[in-house]
Amino acid sequence: MYITLNGSPRDCAPATTVAQLLQEAGYGSRRVAVEVNHQIVPRSQHTSHGLSEGDQVEIVHAIGGG
Amino acid sequence: MNTKTFDSADPLIIAGKSYGSRLLTGTGKYKDFDETRRATQAAAAEIVTLAIRRVNIGQDASQPNLLDALPPDEFTLLPNTAGCYNAVDAVRTCKLARELLDGHKLVKLEVLGDQRTLFPDVVETLKAAETLVADGFDVMVYTSDDPILAKRLEEIGCVAVMPLAAPIGSGLGIQNRYNLLEIIENAKVPIIVDAGVGTASDAAIAMELGCDGVLMNTAIAGAKDPVLMAHAMKLAIQAGRAAFKAGRIPRKRFASASSPIDGTIG
Repeated sequence: MYITLNGSPRDCAPATTVAQLLQEAGYGSRRVAVEVNHQIVPRSQHTSHGLSEGDQVEIVHAIGGG
Repeated sequence: MNTKTFDSADPLIIAGKSYGSRLLTGTGKYKDFDETRRATQAAAAEIVTLAIRRVNIGQDASQPNLLDALPPDEFTLLPNTAGCYNAVDAVRTCKLARELLDGHKLVKLEVLGDQRTLFPDVVETLKAAETLVADGFDVMVYTSDDPILAKRLEEIGCVAVMPLAAPIGSGLGIQNRYNLLEIIENAKVPIIVDAGVGTASDAAIAMELGCDGVLMNTAIAGAKDPVLMAHAMKLAIQAGRAAFKAGRIPRKRFASASSPIDGTIG
């Protein structure tokens, strides 16, 4: 199935969880925040939250800024 | 006056928390995280801003992170909404920051109007401020130097109001000190000049006017020697604050001799 990850299309297995997606993208152990379809998915729900076709996923982190 | 005694007697209080430093710094535009950390330490900043951005999917995720250089247990992190041009994006960004930083409530709200001036879109700023305050955030809000708006943002419940001195990154210094004075004199929350400072004297002027603090990024990070400029800014903030508290002499048009007039010879 296809989702949109940080603005770009991405192919992933059906029912992939947020935790699996983070792992695949290399951010499994990094400090990030995740939003799916404009709703925060709390860290405590990463392993239980399954993604669906067409989901819009944002993975963000902190960088330098003023 | 001993600086330490002075600081402890005169804390900056934001959302119930006391800070010894009245210089808040940004973390953008530095060469690397080492320089960010050294400049932040030279500034003696306790509150540091950071930006929330998408991770670069496909790039090496194990690269050093800003939060390694500025750990949340050493600094009060102030995630900003820089780059947001409407209230919806600003609120989303704050919620992401709260999740990222484990429930952290303190945020810097800025909603920009256009890319040329980076002036705040005050209509969207007001909307976002209302939403964020209702959602339990402690909002430090970047705004224009309009006294009416500053008061409105305070009434909404923002914990600090942060008018610009001049456009972001411009280094033009304090452009409208009478507006700032009006904002300061009417405020019941800390007023922090955010944006537009170019050099140490600008920061001192802001503090002499009675601002509670100054937030800056480019003036330090863009200097030829950012660490030295951070040190200069720290001193300017302390000097300006002390001068404000001391109470300056009134300006007079004519001279007033410093030595006694009586008892001169001849």
